Amino acid sequence: MLLREVEYAKPGSVAEALELLGANDGARALAGGQTLVNVMKARAASPDALVDLNGLEELRGIELAGDGTLTIGAMTTYSEIVASAEAKARPILGEVCATIADVQVRNRGTIGGNLCSNDPTNHLPPLMVSVGARMTIAGAEGEREVSADEFFLGVYLTAVGPGELLTAISIPAGKNDGFAAITLGADGTCICNAAATVNGAVRVALGCVDAVPVLVTADSPDGIAEAVRSANLMPPSDVHATSDYRIHLATVLAERAAAEAASR
Amino acid sequence: MDITVTVNGTTYERDVEPRKLLIHFLRDDLDLTGSHIGCDTGNCGACSVIYDGVLVKSCMLLAVQANGSTIETVEGLADDDELTPLQQAFNEHHALQCGYCTPGMLMSATALLRENPSPSEDEIKKALQGNICRCTGYWNIVEAVKSVAK
Repeated sequence: MLLREVEYAKPGSVAEALELLGANDGARALAGGQTLVNVMKARAASPDALVDLNGLEELRGIELAGDGTLTIGAMTTYSEIVASAEAKARPILGEVCATIADVQVRNRGTIGGNLCSNDPTNHLPPLMVSVGARMTIAGAEGEREVSADEFFLGVYLTAVGPGELLTAISIPAGKNDGFAAITLGADGTCICNAAATVNGAVRVALGCVDAVPVLVTADSPDGIAEAVRSANLMPPSDVHATSDYRIHLATVLAERAAAEAASR
Repeated sequence: MDITVTVNGTTYERDVEPRKLLIHFLRDDLDLTGSHIGCDTGNCGACSVIYDGVLVKSCMLLAVQANGSTIETVEGLADDDELTPLQQAFNEHHALQCGYCTPGMLMSATALLRENPSPSEDEIKKALQGNICRCTGYWNIVEAVKSVAK
């Protein structure tokens, strides 16, 4: 497919990338390109310029701090997270990344791209909400930190504003996590998914049921199904599932994810 | 933009538009038509190539992004007419019917065997997940890869 004409820049630093993004309203950051290039083919997005973040080493890598906090650069690929010894400090991260699409997509697709595209069917937005991640956003005014609860604003919309970049994701220590999804084929697009974390109370973030992940909590895994029912979900119907069926899936998947989290 | 790319050991310098996808650069500019375009949506894997040692789908990369990179395509597998053991195994196990998906299957299986010379059947299937065979001839493809696994 021939894309619409587009300018291309490959900055040498985050500062230069921010300058390029800030100077042109029609510029978009290009991360792994596993979504953006395809939506450009379909003309669903037609940026005037692409600012290629590949090659910015300062946006890559996984660091494990003494207190167990993981800091993951936004341009770190799913494959790098799966292979990382540090990332095993929070095992659910690699486990979920290993189920995203296929080898080729995991080799290019990035954690930052997954979060910033905020497609409601993506795996990582609910997971970041359940584990209580914090996102570092850089802009012309400097850096700010946003919790995962406040990061996702709408379909394809996040707290990363024009001229800004998500640079890193910080994930606290923990291991009592679970993830469950119903997908189109093994490791395919999610029809519904749920990420759970047990840390005293149970937190479950539901994906595919609203524009942003929906957080429900309960005192124990036994209470999570009732918590989902009380959330008054109104998910969309589509060719894969009616709204009512998605609510059913959300309830079942929340229970499965919570049970997995509680068992670890 | 001027780019320099090394494909199958040959270095090419070309002037390309930023909007050109890597698969079109390989096929149209370099006349390396072994890599196929199946779906053009990142699903089918017929365009899979090894890019700086990493398996990727070349319909989801821009040619300009490949500046300075080293790429391996299906044309680079055989040494003149001598097939690699994997290619030979595809032949012997009837692992291709129409052959359209074969270049991508070979690149994915090549990348797998480099990383893991002794994959289990499940690991082979997982490694080929990003490659669709429209003839649904998966059984013999997996058999072929299994036969060269150490």
